[in-house]
Amino acid sequence: MSVRSHTLVVLVEDKPGVMNRIVSLFRQRGFNIDSIAVGHSETPGLSRITLVAQGDDRKIEQLVKQLYKILEVIKITDVTDENLIQRELALIKVTATDRNRSDIMRLVTDVYQARIVDATPDSLIIEVTGPPDKIDSLITMVRSYGIKELARSGVIAMARGTRVVATVPQPVVA
Amino acid sequence: MAIETRERQQVSEEPQREPQLGAHLVLQALVREGVEVIFGYPGGAILPVYDALPHYPIHHVLVRHEQSAAFAADGYARATGKVGVCMATSGPGATNLVTGIANAMMDSIPIVAITGQVPQSVIGMDAFQETDITGITLPITKYNMVIRSVEEIGPAIQKAFYLARSGRPGPVLIDIPKDVQLAKGYLAPRQELHLPGYRPTIVPHRRQIRRAAELIRQAKRPLILAGHGILISGATEELVRFAERTQIPVGLTLLGISGFPASHPLCLGMVGMHGHAHANRAIHEADLIIGIGMRFDDRVTGRPSEFAPNAKIIHIDIDPAEIGKVLKTEVPVVGDAREALRLLLEELEPLEHDDWLSLIRSWYRPIRTEPSGPNGILQPQYVIARLHALTEGKAIVTTDVGQHQMWTAQLYKCDIPKQWISSGGLGAMGFGVPSAMGAAIGRPEAEVWAVVGDGGVQMTLNEFATIVDEQLNVKVAIINNGYLGMVRQWQQLFHNRNYSETPISSPDYVLLGQAYRMAARRVTRPGEVDEAILWARSFRGPALIEFVVNQEENVFPMIPSGGTFRDMIDEYQVEGEW
Repeated sequence: MSVRSHTLVVLVEDKPGVMNRIVSLFRQRGFNIDSIAVGHSETPGLSRITLVAQGDDRKIEQLVKQLYKILEVIKITDVTDENLIQRELALIKVTATDRNRSDIMRLVTDVYQARIVDATPDSLIIEVTGPPDKIDSLITMVRSYGIKELARSGVIAMARGTRVVATVPQPVVA
Repeated sequence: MAIETRERQQVSEEPQREPQLGAHLVLQALVREGVEVIFGYPGGAILPVYDALPHYPIHHVLVRHEQSAAFAADGYARATGKVGVCMATSGPGATNLVTGIANAMMDSIPIVAITGQVPQSVIGMDAFQETDITGITLPITKYNMVIRSVEEIGPAIQKAFYLARSGRPGPVLIDIPKDVQLAKGYLAPRQELHLPGYRPTIVPHRRQIRRAAELIRQAKRPLILAGHGILISGATEELVRFAERTQIPVGLTLLGISGFPASHPLCLGMVGMHGHAHANRAIHEADLIIGIGMRFDDRVTGRPSEFAPNAKIIHIDIDPAEIGKVLKTEVPVVGDAREALRLLLEELEPLEHDDWLSLIRSWYRPIRTEPSGPNGILQPQYVIARLHALTEGKAIVTTDVGQHQMWTAQLYKCDIPKQWISSGGLGAMGFGVPSAMGAAIGRPEAEVWAVVGDGGVQMTLNEFATIVDEQLNVKVAIINNGYLGMVRQWQQLFHNRNYSETPISSPDYVLLGQAYRMAARRVTRPGEVDEAILWARSFRGPALIEFVVNQEENVFPMIPSGGTFRDMIDEYQVEGEW
């Protein structure tokens, strides 16, 4: 089985300590997280976590099963093979001089449809949104100018079309 | 006990008129959950609960170290099938519980651990005896929680007990800050729990059952591997019927012992690293393995890629995460072992495997139980065999961890469910004596033998005091070989007999027992074994026997760690060499 990047959408109860349980599970069982992003979902009281992890199918299946054992985990969907929209936000502070500022701005806005959101005499902040590989590409391009600071949000994902992949099951009363 | 004379407070379902202290509500909630016994140790942060304790019909057993409280709650749970409860204060009290909690997690034992915590106003301030016990126990509990207000007490305790005993059982820890114990409020009535993320599958999918039945029909050399799940789900009767109808032999994991009668003609005894040779050979030759309520632990499989090389796997377990974790599984069956066996019995007509069974029988060789070795010194296996004979196989037997544990697993033939209590997954030395304590409290009518080694017993022999306080019917059999025997065996076999730090001295156990006001004897010769065991059985209450045995006796057969059936070391092979 081949190792590849899997994107998991995990719906969890929005309660204290839940993220700790999830991250602790990864550490304890030796799984690596490439990216993790958390925020509210469409349902009050439920958070939506988008996890990107590397592994073969068997390892990811084991990861999913272990995640389900966390009480607050409601639903996990492996959306890797879905027709996905994946988005990540990055803020990149680059060194800029009078000589290269316009080059950077042209590259960023024309090629990557990114924005310059702050400027000083010797720096620029680039705001870029898109699939992770687009952000990787932009970072590669501006690296030669000198990256002073980089912040990435982690990827979030949603399947195209009307179908909802990460649905909330009916609550079960024990 | 003193509780008989205490004033008892009724816990009614009537709404309470006056608000009460959280400490009282904790105890009322425990009584409401059916708690009769708490193994515990008081301290500052749990003092309000201890202050209220005498008012409730709960037998508190004062242990001498909190680790024993957790082990005793574990032994109580294994012997009775009920949830065991242990209690400790914050900080060191709570951290001392950790080994026992980890043990319960590994072996799927329902215990609830209650810890006091410093007041919420100082949490995070490194207050005296403050420890983040929910953080520490996160990976070793099925669930844990901090009760942050008096209103949460009832629902939290109800939830803790439900989680501990349902699905795949396990330990649940409840941390209660002192200010919550001292706040006033009302006990919320028991109500249906809303746990959207917790839905254990009890009844297996019928389609998987049919697929399993089809594989069972086709198999020529099928084998059942029965684990702890048989005991947890109370499936012994169903397993016996299933094995008899299909004529499939049954191998047992260490924790599956007593789940299927050892004297049954289809029982092969324990499998795995120190399992019987014929049982392991049956795995090697099988064309179908039916794992029921077990998890293909590495002590069972050895090297997984070489395990049961000719067999398809049917795996029945209530925890879906166990299925496919170690082995590729043809038919996964998620559900309760008993329910699965019931459904399989509906599907399957009688089968016969005479050739297969007689083939396995032809491999059978008994574990040797000669009274003495070539040097004339008492053999440990003989002690266990005599203990089994003289107790008519009816005692509850707890063990520590090591050679004596394996000899007892091999030779104390258990026919009665829940009579076998041993630390499996965690392999926690020190378990034998406190778990015997818990078993004896839970089953006061029973004769309980704690079979322990001279290493393990020295980890928790402080509990002799508790056993004597409570006048428990616990007989401690110390198999003293002057070594940390199992480690020494590995050093002998795999580290060129470099006995680094494994010779271990002991106190005079007879004097020690007497110091604890415990009847005690020492046995050094084979001829004294029967008499000593009969002596210990001749009265009710604590007794200690030290058996001084051959120092360099080994546990055989043995499949070295990570090895395969082909690597098995059999005592018959090595006779004369070691």
